[in-house]
Order: sequence, then C-alpha cells, then structure tokens
Amino acid sequence: MSQAPAMTRISARFARFLDSDFFFSYRNSPVAIVASFLTVTLILAALFAPFLTPQNPFNPAELNLMDGLTHPMQAGLGSNRVFWLGADEQGRDVFSALLYGSRVSLFVGFASTIFSAFLGVTLGVLAGYFGGRTDALIMRVTDVQLSFPAILVALLVFGVARGVIPPEFQERVALWVMVVALGLANWAQYARTVRASTLVERQKDYVSAARIIGRSPAPIMARHVLPNVAGPVFVIATINLALAILEEATLSFLGAGLPVTQPSLGTLIRFGQQQLFSGEWWILVFPALMLITLALSINLLGDWLRDALDPKIK
Amino acid sequence: MTAQAPSPLLEVKNLKKHFPLKSGMFARGGDLVYAVDGVSFNLGKAETLGMVGESGCGKSTVGRTVLKLIEPTAGEIRVNGVDIAPLNRREMRPYRLEMQIIFQDPYASLNPRMTAGEIVGEPLLVHGIASGQEREDRVAELFRRVGLRPDQMRKYPHEFSGGQRQRIGIARALSLDPKVIIADEPVSALDVSIQAQVINLLMDLQDELGLSYLFIAHDLSVVEHISHRVAVMYLGRIVELADRVELFVNPKHPYTEALLSAVPRADPTLDRSGRQVLTGDVPSPISPPPGCHFHTRCPYAVADCKTRTPELREVAPGHWAACHLR
Repeated sequence: MSQAPAMTRISARFARFLDSDFFFSYRNSPVAIVASFLTVTLILAALFAPFLTPQNPFNPAELNLMDGLTHPMQAGLGSNRVFWLGADEQGRDVFSALLYGSRVSLFVGFASTIFSAFLGVTLGVLAGYFGGRTDALIMRVTDVQLSFPAILVALLVFGVARGVIPPEFQERVALWVMVVALGLANWAQYARTVRASTLVERQKDYVSAARIIGRSPAPIMARHVLPNVAGPVFVIATINLALAILEEATLSFLGAGLPVTQPSLGTLIRFGQQQLFSGEWWILVFPALMLITLALSINLLGDWLRDALDPKIK
Repeated sequence: MTAQAPSPLLEVKNLKKHFPLKSGMFARGGDLVYAVDGVSFNLGKAETLGMVGESGCGKSTVGRTVLKLIEPTAGEIRVNGVDIAPLNRREMRPYRLEMQIIFQDPYASLNPRMTAGEIVGEPLLVHGIASGQEREDRVAELFRRVGLRPDQMRKYPHEFSGGQRQRIGIARALSLDPKVIIADEPVSALDVSIQAQVINLLMDLQDELGLSYLFIAHDLSVVEHISHRVAVMYLGRIVELADRVELFVNPKHPYTEALLSAVPRADPTLDRSGRQVLTGDVPSPISPPPGCHFHTRCPYAVADCKTRTPELREVAPGHWAACHLR
C-alpha cells in the first residue's frame, strides 16, 4: 500500500475530529481547557523531573545539610543556591522533591488505574455476557466490595502483603504492592458499568451474527463486545486516576504506603506536617498544593469527559 | 409432511420453545411463554418458504431456534438428515457452513467498530477458509455480488445507508456459501423502494446459487412476491401451509382469510364490504387458549374448537391447514 492514501485518511480523520461535537465541547469549556493544560503540564514535569530539577532529592550525596530549612525564594547557606520553594531540614529542595514525588504518585495512579480497569472490565464483560450464576457471583462480590470504603480494602491488601512478603523484599516490591492494593480497591465500579453495557450489547444482532458464524465466546467478548462497551471505561478511568492518587497519598500519609526511599506526595505531606507547628510551613504546603492541583484538574477533566460523552446531556 | 421433496435440506419437526417467564434464583417451575409450540415444516433446495404472522406469534423465534441461537425446548431440526437440536456449540460448527441468517435491523446487526470488509471476512477467518490476500479477494467478490463496490470495504457501517447495510449483512451470510438462509424480516426496516432492491437481490442470488430461504415477514405482499410456499403462524403454531398461489387464492384457515382480507389494496373502486375484520387481541402466549388457539377470535368457532387442538392436516394435495371445520 502506498503512503499517500494512508496519510490523507489520517488527516481526514483529524479534520473530522476537529469538526466533531466532542472537540466543540472541549473548545467551549474553559474548565476543560485549563484542567487538561494543568494535567498535561504536571505529567510532563513529573516525566522529565531529572532534567527540570536542580538536584536529585533522594541522592544523599547531592544534599547539603547547611541548606536545611531554607525559606522559599532564599539562598541556601551551604550551596548558595536560591531555593524557590524552600528546603527541608536535610537541605532537600522542596521543588525537586515535589516533582520526584508526583512521579511516584502518578506512576502508582496510572498503574493501579490500568490494573483496576483491566480487572473490572474483564469481570464486567464476563458477568454481562454469561449471565446466570457467573453474573450473580461476580455482582455479589462487587456489592460487597462497594459496601465498604476503598481505602479499607487497600489497607487490608497492604497488611496482608506486609505479612506475606519477606522483609528483605518489601522495599523493592512496595510500589507494586501499592498498585495491586489500589487496583483491588477500585475495580468494582468498572465491573458494574461494563456489565450493564454488556447486557445491552449482548442482545444486539451483531453478537448473534458472530455466534451464528461459529465464533466462540472469548473472541466474541474481546472483538465484538469489548470495543463497544469501552467508551464509559475511559471516563471512569479518568476520575479513578484522581481518586487513586488521593488514596495513595492517604495511605502514604498514614505511613502504610511507600517506603521513605520512594516518597510520594503523600509521604512528603506526612513529613511536612511534622514540622508545621515549628513554623516551616513550606515543607507541607507545597506538596499539598501540588496534590490538590493534580487531583482537581484530573477530576475536572473526567467530569467534563463524562458530560461530553453523555448523549443525554448534549 | 409436504411430500414433494424426497430429502429436504432442512426438516423441522414438532419444534418447541418455551421461555421461563422469570429467571433467577427463586423462580423454579414458574410460568412459561409458549413462543413456539410444535412447529413442523420442510425446506427444499432452491425453495423459499415464507413465514407470516402477527407480531409475537413466534415466527422470529422459529428462525433463531432453527439456527440454535436459542436452544429449542423440544423437537428436531434436521439438516441434510442430521438432527442438530442436541448438538453443542463445538459440534454445531460444521453446520454453520450450511445455514446463515439475515437480520431485520441493518443497524444493530453490524458491529459499529468493524469495517464492512472485516464484517464480511470474519466468517472466512473463523472457519479458516481463506486468509490474507485470498480473503481480501473473496470479500471483494462478495461485495460485488451483493451490489457494493469493493473499495467500500474499508468503510465503517455508519458510513452506509440502511439498504447498503442490509447488503453487507447479506454478503456476510453468503461468505460461508450456505445452502439455507434464514431471512428474519430482512426488509421490514427498509424504505419501500429499497425493499424492492433487496428482495430482487435475494431472488437473483437464489437463481445464481440455488439458495433456500426461510423468509420470515409480516408483509404479505412481500411474501407473496418472493415465496414458493407460505406458512401462516398464529400463537406459536403453524395454522396453514400451502403453495403460494393456493394459499393466496384459496385460503382454508379462517385466520389466513382474515389476514388476506386485511392486506391493503391500492384500488379505490374495490368493494370492501365483504372484508373480514378480526376483533379482539392475540391471546397471551403465557396462557394460550385451550383447543384451537384461534377460537377466541374465529367467526366460525364451534364448541369442539374450544376443547380439541386441531392437527395440521392435508386438506387438499400440498395444502395443509389446522382447522376442524375444513
């Protein structure tokens, strides 16, 4: 195949996207524009943290104790460098810690969201497609899951992991334990939503057609049902991303989260609040602001996405 | 039953489908919906059997049960003499090549996330018949056969009109070279002008490929145009089955008479005073009336009709009717 028609197809698609209701709704929503701008900026900043920060805040060799507790916008006594957002008592640059911390937060958020979406969508499609006992079993588990707070489920998983995994490995796998804990805490909403849309799609004749040509259930679910129920999943996933970041911060704040060697925004806030009453407010306030901005903009983006994709609100 | 074909392609005997009214943990032995209640018919090679009846009479359920999309409650479905009713999904696979379906709704019957070419080529993929360029060529050939351009293969269903979508559905049904096609109201959702095109396409395909159709419809004029024989269904049973001309000219069952007299005629001078108008509604298939299902609305009903179920009898050569009075 030649390159040219493919290119025109892509550009035609892009033109159609620019002309779509979806893009119109985006252009006319200042909230969505600001939220998406902030989200993308924060993600990029976290991604390129090593290039944007003056120091690696978790490499002890780069810290200078003489810089300890430097106020924001002042020069440190040891390195003579201006600390925009101040430094903590070990001379750690708060700005650098922020970007590195949001890296961990975002990683945990994305990974756990992908995990919970995968789990929830799989179970939801299975329940909706097979119905009967499979459906009853999966949906009862979902009901139980939704009947107590996600953070408790995460704490439970975390506690079990701490008991099961030998101590020498714990630090190495802590990040993944967090991902699994949050993933297991948040899959139920996907399962419910996807099950409902699967029930609708399963009744449609294209699914019957696939059965009549001799397709087995697995490819029918993967090739026919899944692409047609995926829409709402992206909306839930966006809102869930913000939720997962907050839950991770909560766990880390409680000390049940990530080890000190991989501090997330939640860990930074925990450190910061210990110093709040001695007047070093910047160590707490900036990570907290960062967390709020991140969660809020992702959440607003998700809200807009939900409205923009909902044919009933249009 | 109809003795004409020595070994019919498709032979359905006493097919029943009863749906449980409630499903769930606590609904054991509840009420049943008698959607299909003892239907028998044959379908010969290159023959079109029209199946007509009101909404809810079970004609679509017959089509879907014959394809085992719905598991039959009882009865036999013989394809080339083999009963496929007890077969499971895996054992059904070879018979998928024999029988395919065309759906009523050209919108819901095509996966909106697949291109037209993928939809038509999927059966070839599933049965490992052709792959790569060969599949591409087969699909292009199928597109041409149903009156679509091969360059439309890359388009998605929403880019086609209703009639074109129905052609895609026909191409998908043809891709496995089936002998029998169940056409489940294939034109009911289309404009009248498009209906004629699709009907003509189906008839041309029958001439070219020797296909047999079970043509389910509620539009009598369409059925009269395309069918060789016609079966009339009422509340889950076939009440009359005869050659097309015989059925339309000389109906034996009172229900068929009433149906025929309800067909609109584009002739203002026609005297319609002798028209038979049915009163009342179709009884519920949850508790169908005893005896003849039609006795509640039949102008000729006698006491016997309320107690004894009429069997489908051959009242004239090749003409079967289920009525005590004929």
